[in-house]
Amino acid sequence: MSECGCGGDPKEIRNIPTELRFGDRIGALKVRLGIGRDSYKIPPGLYSVGTPNGTSPVFVSANYKLTFDSLRKELGGLDCYILILDTKGINVWCAAGKGTFGTEELVNRIAKTGLSEVVSHRDLILPQLGAPGMCAHEVKRRSGFNVIYGPVRASDIKKFLAAGMEATPEMRTVKFTARDRTVLTPMEFIPGMKLSMLVFGMLFLANFIAKEPFGTHDLYIYLGAVIVGTVITPILLPIIPVSAFSLKGWILGVCWTAYAVWAYGWLPDDLLTAFGYLLVLPSLSAFFAMNFTGASTYTSFSGVIREMRMAVPIIFVTIAVGAVLLFIGRVI
Amino acid sequence: MRYLKNVVTLELNTDKCLGCGRCWEVCPHGVFEPDDMKARIKDRDKCMECGACAKNCPLNAISVKSGVGCATAIIKGMLTGKEPSCGCSDSDCC
Ligand code: SF4
Ligand code: SF4
Repeated sequence: MSECGCGGDPKEIRNIPTELRFGDRIGALKVRLGIGRDSYKIPPGLYSVGTPNGTSPVFVSANYKLTFDSLRKELGGLDCYILILDTKGINVWCAAGKGTFGTEELVNRIAKTGLSEVVSHRDLILPQLGAPGMCAHEVKRRSGFNVIYGPVRASDIKKFLAAGMEATPEMRTVKFTARDRTVLTPMEFIPGMKLSMLVFGMLFLANFIAKEPFGTHDLYIYLGAVIVGTVITPILLPIIPVSAFSLKGWILGVCWTAYAVWAYGWLPDDLLTAFGYLLVLPSLSAFFAMNFTGASTYTSFSGVIREMRMAVPIIFVTIAVGAVLLFIGRVI
Repeated sequence: MRYLKNVVTLELNTDKCLGCGRCWEVCPHGVFEPDDMKARIKDRDKCMECGACAKNCPLNAISVKSGVGCATAIIKGMLTGKEPSCGCSDSDCC
């Protein structure tokens, strides 16, 4: 595979390996942590695995390197083609939501790569999670290719092929396992910390005039609340017995804050600080937890809007009142 | 895992449906099932409004108001008056 991939013949078919190298895994880790994510694209076009011929299956995927890697590593021992669409370096699910993994791009990419001369059949296997962007019957009408939606997870591809391109209901269903949720948490925590820099700045300024300056205990109790909202709540999601994400975060936030104000001695010695934190921090955890609806794979948009109509005003009011208590207790 | 109840906008017009099976093929949450040569909504509350079924139904028998968004994007949308959109790459929320 050419390292550059810029320019060149759009009809060029690049052969690729199915084993991931060490560099691929390091790259994956960096992407998860949000480092250099934008440069993680691969050139769109037609790729081959093994030694395919005109009757070999064609898989369609996105030009996001993680997506591409998780697909190719499941294709070991097969002879097939991969048609990579230009999704601007975004994964299939998100790109389908935006429409870049869509009918238009697929039809154009089929034409540009000359796919109809490369294979004699007219079947394309698309990842099922790409379906929100595609109009299968439009693709058929405009390109002559049949869209077959494959399994949700690339790891089921061989079973899917063995069953004559039939996916079981199991293969069709999205899961949201503890592992799935855990790998998403850094992308919740890091933006959360960016927002927190503002808070730290304000506390730093307040310390110039504060009668009780903010110290390490304040830092710990605050960081704890951020971690509860961005990491602990997503991981424990199904165990917390309420359905609204904000409420899940709030419940855990109350547990943490109540424990910490007691452990750090604000309860019973400094009630303004204790109650200030009990108002502010669970709401902060609730807000971060609610943000996880964007990453979850089972929340509906209408549901999120309904939840927010209830939760956002309460979150703002409690944070404001709590901040006033803290200000009175610690600064003036 | 289940989210809020009785809130999704999914609608199926059984009169238009010819039972081609696309909707139960594409739905990632098993919302549809075949019933007497037509589609039937088995479990509406499981729908996440991804829009895959509506987009792929050749007979336009399904409607759903689809959208994805994290809370931050929705609040931004509310404040700026724009359609809330979760920039998968820009705001890194999914
Ligand atoms: S995709 Fe449309 S026509 Fe086909 S079974 Fe579903 S509702 Fe019926
Ligand atoms: S919108 Fe998505 S989740 Fe809801 S029924 Fe249709 S395919 Fe299933």
